[in-house]
Amino acid sequence: MSVEEQEGQVTRRMFTTGAAAGVATFIMTACGPKRLHEMPRERLRSAMREMEREYSARAGKGVTVSDTPALPGVEFAYALDISRCIGCRRCVYACVDENNQSRDPQVHWIRVLSMDKEKGVSFAESNPYYNPAEVPEEGKFYVPVACQQCRNAPCTKVCPTGATWTEPDGIVVIDYDWCIGCRYCMAACPYGARHFNWAEPVIPKDVVNGEMHVLGNRPRPKGVVEKCTFCIQRTRQGRYPACVEVCPVGARKFGNLLDKDSEIRYIIEHKRVLVLKEELHTVPRFFYFYAT
Amino acid sequence: MNTIRLFTRFTRGSVDLIGQGPRSYWAWLVFLLLLIVSGALAYSSQVTTGLAVTAMRDQVSWGFYIGNFTFLVGVAAAAVILVIPAYVYDWKPIREIVIYGELLAISAIVMCLLFVLVDIGRPDRFWHLLPPFGRLNFPQSILAWDVLVLNIYFLINFTVATHILYRAFNGKHYVKRLVVPMVLLSIPMAVGIHTVTAFLYNGLAARPYWNSSILAPQFLASAFCSGPAILLVVLQLLRKFTRFEIRDEAIHKIAELMAYAMFLNLFLHGAEAFKEYYSNTEHLLFTRYWYSGLGEHRTLVPFAWSAVALNVIAFGLFIVPKTRRNLITLNVGCLATYAGVYIEKGMGLIIPGLTPDALGEIYEYYPTLTELRVAAGIFALGFLIFTLMLKVAVPISLGEFSGVSRNSGGIQSEPEARDRAYASPAT
Repeated sequence: MSVEEQEGQVTRRMFTTGAAAGVATFIMTACGPKRLHEMPRERLRSAMREMEREYSARAGKGVTVSDTPALPGVEFAYALDISRCIGCRRCVYACVDENNQSRDPQVHWIRVLSMDKEKGVSFAESNPYYNPAEVPEEGKFYVPVACQQCRNAPCTKVCPTGATWTEPDGIVVIDYDWCIGCRYCMAACPYGARHFNWAEPVIPKDVVNGEMHVLGNRPRPKGVVEKCTFCIQRTRQGRYPACVEVCPVGARKFGNLLDKDSEIRYIIEHKRVLVLKEELHTVPRFFYFYAT
Repeated sequence: MNTIRLFTRFTRGSVDLIGQGPRSYWAWLVFLLLLIVSGALAYSSQVTTGLAVTAMRDQVSWGFYIGNFTFLVGVAAAAVILVIPAYVYDWKPIREIVIYGELLAISAIVMCLLFVLVDIGRPDRFWHLLPPFGRLNFPQSILAWDVLVLNIYFLINFTVATHILYRAFNGKHYVKRLVVPMVLLSIPMAVGIHTVTAFLYNGLAARPYWNSSILAPQFLASAFCSGPAILLVVLQLLRKFTRFEIRDEAIHKIAELMAYAMFLNLFLHGAEAFKEYYSNTEHLLFTRYWYSGLGEHRTLVPFAWSAVALNVIAFGLFIVPKTRRNLITLNVGCLATYAGVYIEKGMGLIIPGLTPDALGEIYEYYPTLTELRVAAGIFALGFLIFTLMLKVAVPISLGEFSGVSRNSGGIQSEPEARDRAYASPAT
């Protein structure tokens, strides 16, 4: 076998292999699964129709999945009046119902911490498992904590696959179909706001909320991370989050930070406002305040 | 065609070599296989039920698996650090054993990757990390960096080790132009994989226990203890069961280096403990959970003090010339080092970092039987790979297994071939 022949063969083989690899790569990248917010419009639509069929069959009723995008000129923010909260946990369960959280094992996006008035805001001294006959208890105050929707979010930064990101309206979302379940974001979150599906989530048929958003309350599979999305399925349609609506004492406020006349702007400009773990420079969009 | 024939001969010869051995060798293989089967069964139940079969929960979201991963990154890094005296100072006694360090690194990286794979919730989606099909969040995510450096490090070691061995099998010297740059590159890469793994935790402001700049140097110091500890035991076993000669000189030198590394490790731990206890901020909680427990939560305290005791004992045995030259005390020191660093990394790094959790809750994590079985299975698989690689590599180094003999293929005895394999490399 002469050298030239050998070289010619290698080139031919290399060309065929290279071409095949190129075509395979093109097919995989163009048509293969992608992160939701990068999908071509039509593919996202058909994926959503597929989700609707699947979820409807599972829930035994009609389910709609929307992909309402962020509205221009809107940046959501939240404020919670610590002086008013009575620690009743109605928000916790309204959130579970609204956002199709697993009932077994239980997943709660909101965690209400009971703290001593004498000691002030101190996580080390807090208790999430308080269970008295009646709330509020003497000498206690309550700090409900959920995702703080940070501007400088440590969780989105560390995600190795880019499965979680901040939307233009400030909501930090997760693509449940792209998350690999490594839980690096949970280690990075200073607020314990991210929750993992340690087992297959169970939602009884009769309590499924059929009004879903593709980045929000659609059912999650086993082995992925989930968290509060400011009720993206509601708030992008101009409604309040479920926790704001259910709060019996009006401790929860929600609105558009960019709207000068909004209630949220009034609170930030006129009340004593704090954010949790300010020293970490996460710059939350979730504020705590003392109205009284 | 000649290449194919040689390769076939190599493969067939390797299979023959693996298939032969004394009774103790077979007992070892059966033992490893049993552990692997048990681990695979445990893992399949984990895949079916979910990670709920582990003791990890939202509060302590990483546990034993990630601890083992961290420990093994150290082993992989340190095994190759022996390359420095071998190639930089051209110190021959160590040079001969560098190849075994590389094989150990290969096995350790395989174990590392498996520990990550069993820890993730959706192993079926691991390809989401692989561009162009997936998306690697590089350079933002340190985990993306870790995926990159671990795989590059694996490839370098795999290429160098197989190249040297395969060339030796063919009766040729390794290609210096290829090997030397790669070996030199593997030194910063070894430091790199462990530094990046330390940064993985170090970069998280949410976890004060990890958010200390001493973490990366401390990782390196402890790795330079545990990696050589394993290698020293392996080398003595090789010396005992094969004709392979390793000079005492090399073993004593490595033990001496381990003493310095252990001193540094203890010093850095001490420095960190001083800062935490003396400044006595709210961040002290995590260190206290490890060393003295918080209230009735004391699960890790026995681990903490046994790690300290083992490390101090190992330091004492290695720093005194008399005890590091005595084979019995040397091996006691190796075991103490291995156990000490294993406890320190396996239990003492991840769990106290997450206890109390971000909102102050104390959830006491202790691995379940499933986690222990899966971990034992992965270690067994790693040791199996290492054993089989040694089974082929040692005869090649000794010149007993060669493709260019008078008798075509197979195994033959040819003591002179050894010098041939290790003579100065072709340029």
